[in-house]
Order: sequence, then C-alpha cells, then structure tokens
Amino acid sequence: MSYAETLIPPQPAPRAVAKPMTATRLGGYILVAFWALLAALLIFTVINGWDPEKFTRYGPRYLHGLWVTLSIVALSVVFGAVLSLPLAMARLSNNRLLNWLAYCYIYFFRGTPLLAQLFLVYYGLGIFRPQLEAVGIWWFFRDAWYCGVFAMTINTAAYQAEILRGAIESVPHGQREAAAALGIHKAIAFRKIILPQALIVALRPYGNEIILLIKGSAVVAIITVLDLMGETRYAFSRTFDYQTYLWAAIFYLAIVEALRHLWNWIERRLTRHLKR
Amino acid sequence: MGGLFSALGSFWSLLVHIFDPLCGPVGIFTWLAPSTILACGDTGWGDEIALGLQVTVSVAVVTLPIGLIIGFLVALGQQSEEKSLRLSAGVYTTIFRGLPELLTLFIIYYGMQILIQYLLDLAGYSGPPVEINAFFAGVIALSVVFSAYCSEVLLSAFRAIPKGQYEAGDALGLHRRRTLRLIVLPQLIRIALPGLTNLWMVLLKDTSYVSIISLADILRQTSVAVRVTKQPFFFYGIACCLYLVLAILSSFLLVYIDRWAKRSEVRR
Repeated sequence: MSYAETLIPPQPAPRAVAKPMTATRLGGYILVAFWALLAALLIFTVINGWDPEKFTRYGPRYLHGLWVTLSIVALSVVFGAVLSLPLAMARLSNNRLLNWLAYCYIYFFRGTPLLAQLFLVYYGLGIFRPQLEAVGIWWFFRDAWYCGVFAMTINTAAYQAEILRGAIESVPHGQREAAAALGIHKAIAFRKIILPQALIVALRPYGNEIILLIKGSAVVAIITVLDLMGETRYAFSRTFDYQTYLWAAIFYLAIVEALRHLWNWIERRLTRHLKR
Repeated sequence: MGGLFSALGSFWSLLVHIFDPLCGPVGIFTWLAPSTILACGDTGWGDEIALGLQVTVSVAVVTLPIGLIIGFLVALGQQSEEKSLRLSAGVYTTIFRGLPELLTLFIIYYGMQILIQYLLDLAGYSGPPVEINAFFAGVIALSVVFSAYCSEVLLSAFRAIPKGQYEAGDALGLHRRRTLRLIVLPQLIRIALPGLTNLWMVLLKDTSYVSIISLADILRQTSVAVRVTKQPFFFYGIACCLYLVLAILSSFLLVYIDRWAKRSEVRR
C-alpha cells in the first residue's frame, strides 16, 4: 500500500480567464455609460445654472409644495381607507342591490382617469352652486385643495375596496368555519381572525396604491393647487429654466424610493412569523 | 405620387368617417342628438368630441406596440447574465416607475424641445423657435412609462417559466433565439397577459395627460366645449362616460384574447 510521502506544495490560483468582449457586454457598457453621462449632465446643469437668488426665492416654495403633496396624499389615503371598508363589505355581501351599487361605483372610478374626475368635481359641481350653498357645503367645493383631496379620496376608495375585497376573499373558508365551530361571534371572528390575515395579503397592494397615489397627486396642479408639481410649473413659468423640472423629478423619485424601501421593511417585519 | 397619397388619405378619412361611432352615418350623436349641443357639424360639439376620441384611441394604440417592444428588451436586459445590462435596465425601471406620468411628459416634451433647439443652434440654424409635435412627445412619454411597468410584468413571467424549458430547447438542438421564439414566448404571453391587461387599462387612462400639453384628445376637446358653453358637469360627464366605454369595450376584447391565449388549456 502506498501513501503520499510529501504534501503537494501550495499552488497559485489558476489564472482568471479574461471574459471575452461579446456584443451583449459591449451593449451593457454603452448603456451604463449613457446613464452615467446623463447623471453627469444633470449635475453639470445644476452646478452651472446655480443661482442663489432663484434658490432663495423658489427653494422654500418647493418645500411648501412637498408638504402640500404629502398632506394631500396622507389625507386621501386615510379617508379612502375609511370609505373603502363599507364598499368592500357591500361587494362581499349577499344583497344583490348593494353588491351591484358598489360594483358600479368601483367600476366608474377605476375606469375613468383621475384628471377627468378632478375636472368633474372641481368645475362640474360648480353648476350645483345654489343647491350646495343651500346645504352649506359650498365652501368645500369652492376650494381647489379640498376638491383635490375629495377627488383623490373617492378615487382611491374604489381601488382600496378592491384590494380589501381580494384580500378578504383570499383567507381560506376554513378559518371562518373554525371560528364558528369555536362559537366565536361573527363580528369578532372578522376582526380578530379574518382581518389580520387579510391585511398581510393586502400589504403589498396597499403600498403600490400609495405610490400610485403620490404619482397621481401631481394632477391636482392642473386645478391650481400649489403642490410640488404646481410649484414646479409656477417656477418654470417664471424662469423658463429646465432645472425646475429636474428638481421636481429628484423630489418625487426620493419620496417614492424611500416609501418603497420603508414598505419592504415593514412587510419583512410583519411577515417574520411566515418565514421558514 | 402625391396624387396617390392624397387619394389614400381621403379614402382613409372616408373610412374613419363611416366607422366613427359618434358622428358617422350610424353614430350615436348623429341619431340621438341631431339638434342639441352635441350635434355633429358647426352647430354642436359632437364632431369635436368625436375627433378627440380618435386622438385618444390613436395615442393609446400607437403607444402599445412601442411600449411592449421596449419593455420586452428591458426585461431581457434585467434577466441577462451581464451585470452592466442588469444595472442599466434597473436604473431605467426605477426612474420611470418612480416619476409621476405628468412629470415624465413635461420632462420629455420640454427637454426634447430644448435639446433639439440646442443642436440646431450648434448647427447654425436661425429660424423660428422649434416646437415638437405634441402627439409625438405624448406617445414617447407614455411608451416610456408603459415599458417600465411592462418590463416588470414580463420579468416576473420570465421567472415563472421553469429552467427545464430552456434545457429542453437546448436538448432539441435549437438555437437560443429559436428556443425563445418557439418555446418560451408562447408561455410568456399566457402568463403575462393578466398583468398586461391591467397595464392597457392604465394606459387608456394615462392618455388623458396628453391633454395638458394641448393635444386635442377627449378631455381637451371637452374642456374647450366647457369654456364656450359653460356646462362643465355635462361635458366632463360625457368625457368620463367615453373613457368608461373604452374600458368596457377593451375588457370585452381582452376576454377574447385571453381565451385565445389559453386555448391549449381548455378541457376537451
């Protein structure tokens, strides 16, 4: 029987094979170079066109616009969530009429553009001014900001109702039956058993809906609300400086990306117990 | 040659007139609202709205193939083995899914105007200021947004196709491209169709943004009508109804396409 008398001395690692330059690789490099060039151009225009006077004049306005955008979105998400609950319940109920009414509402607001709904609310309801004044809510529909919040609320309620309905339907029927077998009241079973499971399913669609709403909120600038987009249009109409739009783009991208990462974190945190 | 083109053009406009659902020979407004504010012709706003409908539909229909092709290429880039391609495709989708559609539209509309003006100035051009076509800018902006979302849908569809399908293609001695075309693509369409359906509905609604860069679509034409007639609720209501009808019609059409795509799964 033979055995090794000496150890093989350590060898140098084999030489790395140089990756051949393929067409795909070249294309990838060109595209990366293109993005880098665009980024450099962006930084160059910002530095080159830096004007302290413009900054002091429009900087605070941008921050104010940012605040308006965020507050409009937050309000409409919350009110939309409140409004979406009865809508989803109506969609899930066995009552034909309720179901049909909720279906029509959801179909209308999901089938038409937010911009058209906004025009319908802000300009269209002006026709009913005497009636609205008689009821005493004309002050609400006279103001562009309130109209923006109102239109976005009824719009997002339709989407959120659909999300909620899908999530509630995704909870297996056995859960309900188990609760009934344990003698738990239906309302409590819904609140403590069905809803927590449904909300985990709904988490991701809700995050997408909020992001869509942030992006959609730019249209309220068209009915003269001075949100981030509105301030941008104002600054552009005064200065004809293309940078105004680039700044708005940076702000929007930052909000959306921050929210996306925050949402991913929340989802990871809330679904810890589902990980295997 | 010019005569041929003008003849073709007039034939096309005749065709469009005959099949016009609002103001054609069998149009709704022609029959139901002949002497009202919606009449077709000089007395009403029917023909203007019909024109707006044409513009909206053509923006959406022109955007769809462009967006699908760009989105497919971006999805291929995102799942490529080459790191730089993945990076640049990721940057593309992150930017255009994060920006509001309206802002994308403005950036492309004004940005292209400034860029072309600058290039022309460099070339020694001295004429009236350049104005790019609003239809062109609208289609480009919408297809950029559409393609960013489309690439995500296609990417998840690509991931749903098992690796064995590619290996089977290799085992049969098919070239990579033929594997893609003959084996992967038919399955990809079937998996991605629900997502693409949603995107088409979103695109139909997003076309309303082109009205803001004064392209005469449904919303723009109804806004003009509102400014003249002072009947905002009526006209914006009609605009909403038109969008709704477009959505309903396309959902009918998409049911057929879905059935066609799933014809292999039908139980016989």
